[in-house]
Amino acid sequence: MPTVSMTVNGAEVSVEVENRTLLVQLLREQLRLTGTHVGCDTSQCGACVVHMDGIPVKSCTILAVQAADADVLTIEGVADGDTLHPMQAAFRENHGLQCGFCTSGMVMAGLDIARRFPDVDDATVRRELSGNFCRCTGYHNIVKSIVAGAHAMNEAGG
Amino acid sequence: MHDFAYHRPQSLEDAANFLRTAEDPLLMAGGQTMIPTLKQRLAAPSDVIDLAEVPGLVMIDVKKAQVSVGAMLTHASVASSPEVQAALPALAGLAGNIGDMHVRNRGTLGGSIANNDPAADYPAALIGLGATVHTSKRQIAADDFFTALFETALAGDEIVTSVDFPVPELAAYMKFDHPASRYAVVGVFIAKFGTDVRAAVTGAGPCVYREAQMEEALTRDFSPSALADMTISPDGMNTDLYAGPEYRANLVKIMATRAVEAALKGGG
Repeated sequence: MPTVSMTVNGAEVSVEVENRTLLVQLLREQLRLTGTHVGCDTSQCGACVVHMDGIPVKSCTILAVQAADADVLTIEGVADGDTLHPMQAAFRENHGLQCGFCTSGMVMAGLDIARRFPDVDDATVRRELSGNFCRCTGYHNIVKSIVAGAHAMNEAGG
Repeated sequence: MHDFAYHRPQSLEDAANFLRTAEDPLLMAGGQTMIPTLKQRLAAPSDVIDLAEVPGLVMIDVKKAQVSVGAMLTHASVASSPEVQAALPALAGLAGNIGDMHVRNRGTLGGSIANNDPAADYPAALIGLGATVHTSKRQIAADDFFTALFETALAGDEIVTSVDFPVPELAAYMKFDHPASRYAVVGVFIAKFGTDVRAAVTGAGPCVYREAQMEEALTRDFSPSALADMTISPDGMNTDLYAGPEYRANLVKIMATRAVEAALKGGG
């Protein structure tokens, strides 16, 4: 079996995988980083979103071997120790989650939206979130959280 | 998903060699359609040949009369290119509404057209603009490229390298998208080159096609009202859980009308 090496949340890892192993399987089952979820497994729901070389991707739709040498960021690498990232704090403040299943993907998507649109508004967040499904909240508080998180990141200098 | 051998060739020649020698090979571009297809075991290749490291496929070249896009350029890159937005906003807009932001970060032009999904967006742009497909062997006019449902004119060892899109006077793409997959239930690309008008329809039939009666009507009068009395036949149109042939036929007319309106306002 091939061995793939990549950086995950700042740490170098080398893992033996099958060619058919998905990135999300490597993260969850081999590295035990279970904050990244598998919702639909059909590239629609966005619960599995992680950043690969700074870009959000659906880790259920990437082979682990395609991520060789990449820099991967999962929800576990977002906070600074015990201090929540401003985007995570915004979800907490704005009640941006109920069951929490979609939340890690929502936060990872939100971080990228904030990067591209520092002064983002509700309409832009709704449009950009079309690849992340929540089955609890009706999205209102998620949108509010991402707008607040983006503004907080902007004030903190990114 | 069945396991397979995985290759990451460093040149177009090496990639083509794998296509010639492997038992049942499949090329991978962005993988956004292919990986779901493998998961469902709709395909079970012996070898997956990843084009990620083949040089020269991630390019973009915008000239006054032509926009050239490399096969491995992602939808997100096309959508966010200021040069494409300025020269051919209809193309940037089309790319920016494929799938969702995560899918657009991986999905590519070459993968989309080589797969020729009947509900894909890019084929409408190629047909609507009369594009030219460059491959590892030759050039193919878009009108000759998409041959049938999930079928193209590509030979077994032929690889798409780039597409040249002529820049029209006016153009726009409008789609009625499925709210979960964002595929086109129906999408219509309208482009006007002087007196020549092209109208390409995706999502409605088994393969992207040109709607001749629309092109004639819009050539006479490039306005939404030129389509007002037109009847689109539902014969041969797709049917699925979401839309039947009659509904799709009506959507063709509605999307075309909206595309003409948008084209007259500057495209998108």
